[in-house]
Amino acid sequence: MSNPHHTEDNTLAGKIKKNVGVSLVKCYQCGKCSAGCPVSGDMDYPPSLLIHKLQTGLPNHEEDVLRSKSIWYCLSCEMCIARCPMEVDIPPMMDYLRGESIRLNKANPAAKNIIKFHKAFLNSIKNTGRLYEMGLIVDYKMKSLNMMQDVTLAPTMLAKGKLKIFPEMIKNRKNIRQIFLNTINKQK
Amino acid sequence: MKLGFYPGCSLEGASREYNESVMAIAEKIGIELVSIPDWNCCGATAAHNLNKELSLSLPARNLALAEEAGLTELVVPCAACYSRFTMVQHELMHDEPLHKRVNEIIGKEYKGNLRILNVIQFIDEYVIDKLDENVKFEFNKKVACYYGCLLVRPNKVLKFDRTEDPQTMDIVMKKLGADAIDWAYKTECCGAGFSVSFTEAVARLSGNIVEDAVHRGAEAIIVACPMCHSNLDMRRKEIDKFNGKKSDIPVIYITQAIGVALGIDHKKLGLQRHFVPVNLKDFKPFVKKEIDVEKPQNMEVE
Repeated sequence: MSNPHHTEDNTLAGKIKKNVGVSLVKCYQCGKCSAGCPVSGDMDYPPSLLIHKLQTGLPNHEEDVLRSKSIWYCLSCEMCIARCPMEVDIPPMMDYLRGESIRLNKANPAAKNIIKFHKAFLNSIKNTGRLYEMGLIVDYKMKSLNMMQDVTLAPTMLAKGKLKIFPEMIKNRKNIRQIFLNTINKQK
Repeated sequence: MKLGFYPGCSLEGASREYNESVMAIAEKIGIELVSIPDWNCCGATAAHNLNKELSLSLPARNLALAEEAGLTELVVPCAACYSRFTMVQHELMHDEPLHKRVNEIIGKEYKGNLRILNVIQFIDEYVIDKLDENVKFEFNKKVACYYGCLLVRPNKVLKFDRTEDPQTMDIVMKKLGADAIDWAYKTECCGAGFSVSFTEAVARLSGNIVEDAVHRGAEAIIVACPMCHSNLDMRRKEIDKFNGKKSDIPVIYITQAIGVALGIDHKKLGLQRHFVPVNLKDFKPFVKKEIDVEKPQNMEVE
């Protein structure tokens, strides 16, 4: 039975609470997450400010969050949750925000290479079941058009036996394709 | 003795020396590592950054296959794969509907009866007691043990070592005769999966780690994660550019260090595969000493 005095929380913070179980009201803005975050200096809003914006529940602030560089620069290093006195679990919140940002077509242009790399990475798994590093590099270069990046790295890796020419294919690739079709490639 | 094994993609490719050294020490002490049949990639950062269900399902398929193969303990040397597996196991065991949903997606049933060990836990439980009788050389070097992120965080789920000043690798290295230094960057992030897509950040973060280790007189950085290794080793050109000076401190997997002490051929341990040459010589014959270390207590988790 739904409680008539309890309306559904449609703010982004409410969706975070509902979907990943992270309660942002617990944050009292001590800033330890931002102090420990290794990339807060690269971010447009450090983690504690992202949370503050979400706490307001105002559409313009939520828009800032979904369009921020911050959510893409997050390394998922888990330092924030390790040091948070209130155990506000920021990494799953970041995962959720990234998913929403892509879904709503709001990803920050500064993150385009990071997203292209993730997509090239997943493509490799979808096709072979494993990560094929050589294929990943080529696919990423085609997607990002950074043809000259790291051109000296690959030959040295090859010489040291660190790069495989051919991909490793798992046997049950059908199972992997099924997993992709049931998740990230699901028809809505 | 047989244990389950998940190499992961890095160990089959760019970090094959990690695999070679794990296999070499396992063979030396008589442990057979059995790979999960038809294992797939864990999805790493890419999957959990883009789609939650995918990031749960890819590791879950491996865990289900391991159970099907009758494995009960699984050694996962890659810190990123270890983190994904442990997180997925934790989430599925604490969320019944999600567990059911993931079993449907993968078309298999993962029951959750698997113990997942990272490389240090593997060493701690199966290798360390056999060291005294097998070690030939003393690893008489000053080393900086670098844990990075995914072995120690989040502590609530992994329940492994201390999160701010972990000691397990330091203890292993001290047992081998090394001088494991105190330093400031033990658990700072190296930049992880951004090596290609955000290289400037990796140069800075890894640059700070290398700089601090060198500054405190370390002769080698000891790691247990293929991403930490490739960033600190293969990105040295970018690191040196960021620091404005050349550095020649090698980055060695803990399994390679153990292998060296066990007297295993350096080639077999893949030490020639590093970008930063490993020129450690003059290892003295090993003499067992009592070391003054206390095993770190795990943080209390309610």
